[in-house]
Amino acid sequence: MGHLRALTVDQQVGLLFVILFGALIVVSAISGLVMLRRSEEEGSSRHIRVKAELRAIWAGAIVFWLAWVSGALGATLLFAVFSFFALREFITIAHTRRSDHRSLILSFFIVLPAQYLLVGFRTFDLFTVFIPVYVFIAIPVISALAGDPERFLERNAKIQWGVMVCVYGLSHAPALLLLEFKNYEGRGAFLVFFLVVVVATAQRTQEGASRWLRRRPVARHIDRSFSYRAWAIGATTAAIVGAALYWTTPFKAGQALVMAFIAAGAGSFGEFVMKALKKDAGVPSWGNRSAITGAVGLLDRVAPLCFAAPVFFHSVRWYFQFRG
Amino acid sequence: MASKADLMGLLLTALVRLITGAQGHWKGCPPKAEQRIYFANHQSHLDWMLIWAALPSDLRATTRPIAARDYWTSSKFKAWLTREVFHAVYVSRQRSEDQDPLEPLVEVLDAGDSLVIFPEGTRSNKGLPQPFKTGLYHLAEQFPNVQLIPAWIDNVNRVMPKGEVVPVPILCTVTFGAPIQLEPGEDKRAFLERAREAVVALRPHLS
Repeated sequence: MGHLRALTVDQQVGLLFVILFGALIVVSAISGLVMLRRSEEEGSSRHIRVKAELRAIWAGAIVFWLAWVSGALGATLLFAVFSFFALREFITIAHTRRSDHRSLILSFFIVLPAQYLLVGFRTFDLFTVFIPVYVFIAIPVISALAGDPERFLERNAKIQWGVMVCVYGLSHAPALLLLEFKNYEGRGAFLVFFLVVVVATAQRTQEGASRWLRRRPVARHIDRSFSYRAWAIGATTAAIVGAALYWTTPFKAGQALVMAFIAAGAGSFGEFVMKALKKDAGVPSWGNRSAITGAVGLLDRVAPLCFAAPVFFHSVRWYFQFRG
Repeated sequence: MASKADLMGLLLTALVRLITGAQGHWKGCPPKAEQRIYFANHQSHLDWMLIWAALPSDLRATTRPIAARDYWTSSKFKAWLTREVFHAVYVSRQRSEDQDPLEPLVEVLDAGDSLVIFPEGTRSNKGLPQPFKTGLYHLAEQFPNVQLIPAWIDNVNRVMPKGEVVPVPILCTVTFGAPIQLEPGEDKRAFLERAREAVVALRPHLS
C-alpha cells in the first residue's frame, strides 16, 4: 500500500476508476461471449436480466465517474437531476389528488433545487434540517390552503415521503463528495464508492442468501424473500467487504466494518420499505406500468442508496465531530 | 441548417419529455411511417404535445394536429407556433353554410400526411371519453386506405389541472392500439361507438 499512498489524490481516484472500468469491461466481455455461445431461447429470461443488470452497473459507474470529473458543481447538479427523475417516478405512482398541485410545485421547483444548493455551498448544518424541519411544516400548510380536507394526512404523507426519499436521501450522496476531513481532502469520491460498493454487496448477498436459505418470509405480503437471517448475512458480508476497503476511507479497519454494517443494513431495510410502498401502490416496479419503451425504473435502482446515504453520512459526520 | 421552427420544436419536445416522460407504448402497431389518423381521448391542452413528443422524430414531420382557426391565429406567436412548428391544420369552429368543416382535413389526407384528432370535440375530465363526433366516420369513409389508430393518453390531467399554470412533473404515457377499419355496411353510430371502445380498451390497468 505504500506506493499507493505516495500518489496524489487525483491519481488515486483515477486509479480506482481505471480498475472499476477494467473490471466492468472484462465482466461484460465474458458475459457477451457466454451469451453468444448459447442458443436464442435457452435461458433468455436470465440473459435479459443479466444484460439489464450489467447495463445498470455500467450506468452507475459512468455516473460516478462523471460526478468526480465534473467536480463539486457537476456532482451536485448530476444528483439533482437524478432526484428530479426519482421524485417524478415516485409521485406518478403515488396518485396525488388535484388539490396537491401547489404542494407538488413546491417540492419539485423550490425544495429540490434549494436542497442541492445547500449541498453545493456546503451549508451542512442547514442542509440536514431543511427538509425534515422547514419543508415538513411548509407542505401541510400549502396543502391546507388548497382547501381540500379529504385524506389530508395521507396526501401529505405521500408527498413528504417522496421528498424525504428522493430528495433528502439522495442529496447525501454528493454531500459525501463534498465532506472535508482532515488529511482526507478531495477524497470524497472514495467515500461514495465505499458506500455504493457496500450497499450493492449487501443487496446481492441478501438476494442470494434468501434463495439459498429458503426461510419463511418475515412479511410474505410485502416480500416473499425477505428474512432476518438473509438480511443479517447481507449486512455482515457488506461489513467484511467494507473492512477490506478501509484503506480507501478515513476510517480504521474496525471503524470501516461498523460503518459498512450500518450503511448496508439501512440500505437493505430501505429496499424492503420501498417494496411495501410498491405493493401498496399495486405496481411491480417504479418503472412505468407497462414497460415497453423508455421506462427507466430509476427509483428501483437508487432506493437502497436513498436510505443508506443519509444514515451513513450522519454517522460518519457525528463520529468524526465527536472525536473533534 | 435548422430553422427557428425546428429549434422550437426540439425545445418543446425536450420540455414535454422532461415534465411527462412522454412515453409512447406501441401495443397494436409499430411506429411506422404510414399514412394514419390517430384518434385519442382528450383531457388537457397538453394532449397534442404529448402525442407529438411520443412520436419518433421522422413521424413528427408528417403528423399534423388540428387547430381552431379563431384561437390559434389570434396572435403572431400562436400563428407561428401552429403553422411553422406543428404544421397544424386550421379548422373554423363556426360552421358556414357553403363550406364543409372537414374540407381542410381532407386536403391534408389527400396530400399524404397523417392526422391527430380528438373526436370528443371538447376536453373532459370525467375519466371516460364522451361520445365521438361524426368527423372520424366521414374520414374513414373517404379514406379507406388510411390506417385508423386508437390512442389512450394517460395521466396528463394530473400534470396541469384546470386553472393551474405551472405543470408538475408526472410521467404520462400514450398507448397506441391496433388499427381499426370501417366495416362494409357498418352504421355510423355503431362505428363511432366501436372506435370509442377501442380507445377506452387501451386504458392502462394497475396490476
